[in-house]
Amino acid sequence: MTAPAAPSVAAATTAFERLRAGDPAALARALTVLETDGAEADALRRRLHALVGSAVVVGVTGPPGVGKSTLVDAYVEALRRRRRTVAVLAVDPSSPLTGGAVLGDRTRMGQHTSDTGVFVRSIASRGHVGGLALSVPAMLDAVDVAGFDDIVVEAVGAGQSEVEISRFADVTVVVGAPGLGDDVQAIKAGILEVADVLVVNKGDLPLADQTAEHLRSMLRLRSTDRVPDVLTVSATERRGIDELVDAVAAAGRDRGEPGAGPRRRATELLRQRALAEVERRLAGDGLAGAALADLGAAVHRGEISLADATEAVLTRCAAIRPSQPADDGGDEPSGRDQR
Amino acid sequence: MNETSSPPAPTALDAAPLRVLVTKIGLDGHDRGSRLVAAFLRDAGHEVIYTPPWQQVADVVTLAVQEDVDVIGVSSLATDHLIVPDLMDALRAAGLGHVAVVVGGIVPEQELPPLLEAGVRAVFGPGSSRDEIVGAVATWGVEARTAKLADGGFAR
Repeated sequence: MTAPAAPSVAAATTAFERLRAGDPAALARALTVLETDGAEADALRRRLHALVGSAVVVGVTGPPGVGKSTLVDAYVEALRRRRRTVAVLAVDPSSPLTGGAVLGDRTRMGQHTSDTGVFVRSIASRGHVGGLALSVPAMLDAVDVAGFDDIVVEAVGAGQSEVEISRFADVTVVVGAPGLGDDVQAIKAGILEVADVLVVNKGDLPLADQTAEHLRSMLRLRSTDRVPDVLTVSATERRGIDELVDAVAAAGRDRGEPGAGPRRRATELLRQRALAEVERRLAGDGLAGAALADLGAAVHRGEISLADATEAVLTRCAAIRPSQPADDGGDEPSGRDQR
Repeated sequence: MNETSSPPAPTALDAAPLRVLVTKIGLDGHDRGSRLVAAFLRDAGHEVIYTPPWQQVADVVTLAVQEDVDVIGVSSLATDHLIVPDLMDALRAAGLGHVAVVVGGIVPEQELPPLLEAGVRAVFGPGSSRDEIVGAVATWGVEARTAKLADGGFAR
């Protein structure tokens, strides 16, 4: 650690110092600033990047209704018994029609509200696809700098392609459950492949062990050398939770050198911002949008190849100056902009 | 309670979702009203952090801090609104004096003044329309958010 030690809350004079000292109000405000994504967010992100690097990020994903929030509740409880401080970022979907959301993940985590070693923040996806929200990687940095030992990210209830969490997390836990009909099918193609640890939750139900065995046999067919653990867990009965904590810790140790996580987050953040910016420029009424329509027509008439037209569109996008984020509340796509 | 002379000029930030905590304090468990209002606010484009009933004042403050909400809506169908002045004090002590608090439910007329004197922005009784509730939340929520983000403290 080359950074100077974090000050105490009492000695902290600026908002950023209070954040570093772990003041929950300062952290909460920082998360709002990052989510709102104006000029202050840019300044904050740069200051955070200089200090990140010690928290372990565990991503939890899986189909809706398999008990992710309940599992996170039990997982946090087990980490607290080991005297680790924990932050939870729980992402729920925004309405594609109104942009509104009811964020209910933390209703399963009520027991931790009075525990100062736990910080829970509910996040709406705000139109972002992939299972998270656009600002989550920067939020992870803020929670990291605030000094939490572990960060748990609960993704939106996932289908087959919501694998984004695996790019940000040090360890990805994919949760399934027995008795969901074709739930094995539901997770086998996409999110099964990104799992570092697979959990069959609701282990108190019949067929749980059978579901776990199906998953193991499927995993044995894969050609990769890293085969994830498959654990049968009952979050409500608190069975198998300590084994899950151990499995996550072991998977984290296999994950390589320290500092790799924040660097991966920064790279991913940049990639997503670049993609979002291209989309924003194409969506406008400006030159890029017009070029898109014109080139689209030309492709339709067979006058230009799709590959050449793509190059031309990207060139046109690159020629546009970014809009000033300070006053317009940022370029984060809100649910309202969706069809 | 409104001490601002003129509202700030609207920006695109005003169109971003507000963060609203919808909760019930005390022993009453009739949560149909709070669920209905949560759905109204969701449909109006806001982000609703919904809690089950039976919250304690300290827990509501913790939730408001961690979720950095702009508005707290407290549903009261028994006598739970009598605890709301305590909530107001606890919010101010936690540095959340900017958060707009509204109460919905059944509040006898003689119990209104203590709530309003404690800083509650509005009390919505039976017969209040969806538009009244949503409109008030939008107005006070934007005001609260503007106040909390005004200092730009993380850029310094």
